[in-house]
Amino acid sequence: MSTTTGTSLVRASGLRKEYGRGTGLLRAVDGVDLDVERGETVAVMGPSGCGKSTLLHLLGGLDRPSGGEVWLDGARIDGLGEKALARLRRSAVGFVFQSFHLMEELTAVENVELSALLAGRSPRESRRRAAELLDRVGLGSRAGALPSELSGGQRQRVAVARALVNEPAVVLADEPTGNLDSVATLDVLQLFDDLHRAGQTLIIVTHDARIAATADRLLTMRDGVIVDETRLTGGSTGRLGALAGLED
Amino acid sequence: MGRILLVGRLALRDLRRRPVEAALLLLAVLAATTTLTLGLVLRDSAAAPYENTRALTAGPDVVMSARTTGQLAAYGDAAGVTARSGPFPVATSTLATAGQTVDVLVIGRDTVDAPVDRPQVTDGGWVRDGGMVVEAAFATAYGLTAGDQVTLGGRAFEVAGVAVTAASAPFPATTCLGEIPCLHGVAPAGADLPPGMLRNPGLVWLTSADAGRLGVVSYVLNLRLEDPDLAATFIGSPDAPRVALSTEIRTDATEVAGDSQILLMIGAWLLGLLAVASLSVLVGGRMAEQTRRVGLLKAVGGTPGVVAAVLLTEYLLVALVAAAAGLGIGAFTAPLLADAGAGLLGSAGTPALSIPVIGTVTGVALAVAVLATAVPAWRAARSSTVAALADAARPPRRSGWLIQASARLPVPLLLSLRVTARRPRRALLAVAGIAVTVGGVYVALILDGFLSKPFAAGYTVAQVETLRRVLLLWTVILLVLAGVNAIVITLATVLDNRHTAALARALGATPRDVTAALSGAQILPALAGAVLGIFPGGYLLFEAIMGITGGDGDRATPPSAWQLITVVVMTALIVAALTAIPAHLGAHRPVTDSLRAETA
Repeated sequence: MSTTTGTSLVRASGLRKEYGRGTGLLRAVDGVDLDVERGETVAVMGPSGCGKSTLLHLLGGLDRPSGGEVWLDGARIDGLGEKALARLRRSAVGFVFQSFHLMEELTAVENVELSALLAGRSPRESRRRAAELLDRVGLGSRAGALPSELSGGQRQRVAVARALVNEPAVVLADEPTGNLDSVATLDVLQLFDDLHRAGQTLIIVTHDARIAATADRLLTMRDGVIVDETRLTGGSTGRLGALAGLED
Repeated sequence: MGRILLVGRLALRDLRRRPVEAALLLLAVLAATTTLTLGLVLRDSAAAPYENTRALTAGPDVVMSARTTGQLAAYGDAAGVTARSGPFPVATSTLATAGQTVDVLVIGRDTVDAPVDRPQVTDGGWVRDGGMVVEAAFATAYGLTAGDQVTLGGRAFEVAGVAVTAASAPFPATTCLGEIPCLHGVAPAGADLPPGMLRNPGLVWLTSADAGRLGVVSYVLNLRLEDPDLAATFIGSPDAPRVALSTEIRTDATEVAGDSQILLMIGAWLLGLLAVASLSVLVGGRMAEQTRRVGLLKAVGGTPGVVAAVLLTEYLLVALVAAAAGLGIGAFTAPLLADAGAGLLGSAGTPALSIPVIGTVTGVALAVAVLATAVPAWRAARSSTVAALADAARPPRRSGWLIQASARLPVPLLLSLRVTARRPRRALLAVAGIAVTVGGVYVALILDGFLSKPFAAGYTVAQVETLRRVLLLWTVILLVLAGVNAIVITLATVLDNRHTAALARALGATPRDVTAALSGAQILPALAGAVLGIFPGGYLLFEAIMGITGGDGDRATPPSAWQLITVVVMTALIVAALTAIPAHLGAHRPVTDSLRAETA
């Protein structure tokens, strides 16, 4: 694994992801350069199919690039093997998905401790940490509930707690409010606000301008390329819910 | 520790979440483990009743017979002989009872007391003038009990008692003595049998005087040896007395248990193969269902090894439960298939599960699970995380020639052919599963026909019943497992084709067309499997059984053409019936649900 002395927590250089070949070649991500500082919140927007989710997958080591480099916390990860990528995902990256992706057969607390157990933490420590996080996301009393017994917003909060269980360097959220109603969206926004204030690095892919407005920086993608970059002023200081117009 | 807990938790919860599939998995492995346990237990316990009888009746190590007592004289006091009884006179005759006649070997013996071979009376008393004692298996076969009147060589006798001995194998495998020619089973058609040859003789005891009146033709001497291996030294020149070793008698005495065991072992192998086929399909189907779960596990940091372990553990747990249950059920039901018969004391009904049996059954169960699971589990573990999270449908295999050839067919047949060609490995498993089942049915038909002929295989009615029970067990388990297999394959096909079926319906195919296509996709391999199951499957299987048992396959009649046609047609009909409901359910799934799942 190569290392760098730069200050970026996440860095991509000339990043490409291609599907197909010849006339059917599709460039989902086409030469993206990106730096995300520690503690920064970056929102990525763009039309459907523009490559923003693919970019997120590449940054988190869920998928392998066709070309270019990806650096995470000073280490180059684009050439890592499957096993090393898995270890990286469990220790340095937390994912939050649009469709929650909770294990239906596990309770809320068991879902949260999943990553901790995978990381080799003891069952007792994993349970303690999971319970703490559920308290933090306001679901301490629902720890024993199955996902099917939780609302959409509650499920997403469980997913956020799971993403945080191993204290990752960066949380990558792919349309985290895409499946939620307004009230649940507010819940999740407040949660991300808390994370932001606590100095958690966040990269959020979204269609929702209200969420994007809460970020430190907004990237706009089209056809696999970052076509616009806007530094926002209120992201790191204001109340996210208020900025989004969801609360007074 | 944490990972072990996680793997165990995920495996158990997933099994609990899908109880029907877990039950089907269990059933598939259980069928094989139960049959294997029965086979192994019977092997271990087959000789127990004979050894028990030998101990209780002071059975001989050697039974010697010769035309004159002089020929035997030297052996009674030979070095290494620790005890003896006899020589006793031997005659042959014909016994008539209730309109039936049967050849008998008659031993003249005034008293049961002797250092060697003390037949144990199980009904009535010992011989007296005009009163005979009948060997127990022979008595049972002809319904003789103490007090019955019979005719022996034209003279009336009363059955004084019924007794068990270890000096002869029980009827109909009665150990032939001396120079008396003797035939077990049915004589080959047109065979020129020597005069005086006894056919399937029974054994009776009379007083020496009564035996003498029938005409003594031989004498028998029973010996106990210091070292049973010495018996081999008594087999010498052509003039030497004829020798029957206790080991030979034991082999004859336990023939049915041995044959049952062989049938069960072959059944266990067939069921094991079928279980692998069932599990492979079931696992493949479950893997398709678990794609998103696999993606999630990988997304949160599960390495391919952890993911494979989670997937494998489920099936290994099922295999372990199936092994334990199979061992229990096998040991419990073994007595039903291990009837020692009336000719021996004690029974094989209480066989103990030995460590090797437990190890073998558990090992086979785990091997079945690993064989069926390892490849799909590893493939799932190595799959793309992003694709798995999206639960993208696996792209179908495209066969240009098939698409061209099927283009002009009616919609259901067109879809059937394409669904079958889409997953060639699954189609192959379906063909193999049906072929194994039909092969088993083919052999069962031959053996059943063979056992229907009196004495055809040298068995008594009771023994035939025992073997028929084994065959019935075999056949029922095979058919049940094949049924499970057909349903499982259909469910997997329905799941796998949910997007294609939805698309076909979106393009105008009716639910009926799709139902017919999904069901037809099972019937086509079933027909191929049924034909292959008869030839070469059943034919080779029967030859293998004959080879292992040393049986004469020429004496068996192959199933008739109409029986075979019925088997093929019934196979197709049963598969159609079994697959109709899952196919119907799959074809009526809302189109939008399926298409949405694809794009989620």
